[in-house]
Amino acid sequence: MLNIALPKGRLGETVYDLFERAGFDCPSIREKSRKLIFENEATGVRFFWVKPSDVPIYVERGAADLGVAGKDIILEYAPDVYELLDLKLGKCRMAVAAKKDFRDENKKTLRVATKFPNIATSYYERIGRDIDVIKLNGSIELAPILGLSDVIVDIVETGTTLRENDLEVKAEILPISARLIANKSSFRFADREIGIIAEKMKELVNEND
Amino acid sequence: MNDAYFTREERVVFALRDLYRRYGYQPYRMSKFEEYELYVRNKEFMVGDRVIAFNDTNGKMLALKPDVTLSIIKGGEDRPGEKQKVYYDENVYRVSKSTHRFKEIRQAGLECIGDVDLYDVFETVSLAAESLSSIGGEYLLTVSHLGLLTDALSRVSRDPGFLAEASACIAGKNAHDLRAVCDRFGVSDGDYASLCRLLTANFAPADLPAFLSTLPKSAAADETARLAALLAASPYADAIRFDFSLTGDVNYYNGFIFKGFLRGIASDVLSGGQYDGMMEKLGRRSRAVGFALYLDLLEALDETEPGFDVDVLLLYNEGNDPAAVAKRANEIRQAGKTCTAQHAIPEKLRYRELVDLRKEGTKC
Repeated sequence: MLNIALPKGRLGETVYDLFERAGFDCPSIREKSRKLIFENEATGVRFFWVKPSDVPIYVERGAADLGVAGKDIILEYAPDVYELLDLKLGKCRMAVAAKKDFRDENKKTLRVATKFPNIATSYYERIGRDIDVIKLNGSIELAPILGLSDVIVDIVETGTTLRENDLEVKAEILPISARLIANKSSFRFADREIGIIAEKMKELVNEND
Repeated sequence: MNDAYFTREERVVFALRDLYRRYGYQPYRMSKFEEYELYVRNKEFMVGDRVIAFNDTNGKMLALKPDVTLSIIKGGEDRPGEKQKVYYDENVYRVSKSTHRFKEIRQAGLECIGDVDLYDVFETVSLAAESLSSIGGEYLLTVSHLGLLTDALSRVSRDPGFLAEASACIAGKNAHDLRAVCDRFGVSDGDYASLCRLLTANFAPADLPAFLSTLPKSAAADETARLAALLAASPYADAIRFDFSLTGDVNYYNGFIFKGFLRGIASDVLSGGQYDGMMEKLGRRSRAVGFALYLDLLEALDETEPGFDVDVLLLYNEGNDPAAVAKRANEIRQAGKTCTAQHAIPEKLRYRELVDLRKEGTKC
């Protein structure tokens, strides 16, 4: 039986659809209940929903053999896992945004508000810019508006929230999408089962592409 | 002595000592404290870069040992034609990746230092497999040769940025991001495909020659084929996989590297390989190969707690004659049962049977 951690929310539901189409369905997951774990003995899979940022932890620690996590989460937490497949779902981008009239003149330390301090630090290290990271847990867009930060590093999907708050993307850091990840030990002992799932999902992803 | 009195970790340590002695390895006992300078000078070779340091009474800076291999290298000398073969089980003190605080970690392992040849590598890999086998349960040992990966990458590009990014993708079995990296550095489809073959490789020793025949001839491929032939004929052949996505710190390792896994433990429990480059940087001319087994991780395999702490709970009070209590307790122990004598039932004690002497002759 393979344990699979799915991210709660819209992305997780789309990802489950993909598992279902790949032949690894679990009908009980669609029933309304307070159950936390859903199992299908026939297909040999057990799904559970977890907070998206917790998926890599469940997989790295072996509580889940497989999981689906955004590239943003994987880069931020750098879990020691295998990244088997780009599911090309939940596509968005990690970007630097600021007030429309902001110009970085490189005269003082740049104040960066973000939920992703590691990604932000590594981006600015790469371009040689001295920064002060302000770690926030939500409503990042407020930071430059209220003068808490000069810029933000955050996920941008459509850009609507930025536009409505008079902010704009100043630089793109990297594209983001959901990835299928595997625990390194599970990958050794269940290589056949994991290989079949990854291969079937890859076929579906390529069909959609 | 009853085997049940030993923890899994203790049983494994005894088994490993016996195993390594049978192969002629000598015990290596290091002192608890080492010169702080040794670790400061060689931070790049340590798993973490932090050590617990303190001043001795004479003002000398000492450290609680964070590493065993460095001490063994420091304490040895180069004797052409000879090999120093030692084993150890020691506690080391490192910062935990999860808690970011210092943690005591028990590790066992061995080092073979000197004129190391293919036989020594084979012996070390075999001992790594047998060490895993001695723990019990299903195990797998993955083996790679760093030369195969570095040769393949440098044939494609010598750009340090490409080498770093592509190596990280291969180590993560991440073919999709490797594609993007290759596109960015102008790598051809054919070269991308050859890197992907290394990324997905997972062969039993007997199946490896067919794969190696598809790679360009090289010293690394030749050494790998010879090791695979030796391992294919060994008793551990079924538990060994050649996986060229396996990478190691190139400051530390060169040549063959390997990692061991046990079913039920989420990460590798054994890590080792050849570290000639590290020896050279430390001023030694000898070659070296060895491995460490992280015994603290074996906790995850421990069975659930037994149902009872003690077989018999013997209750008595001031009214009982102590000689009668002792006689009854001895009778119980002589019957092969464990027994604790108490005035009242301890809140957390799980007992199988209650003998209450407070009410003479009463048994529950």
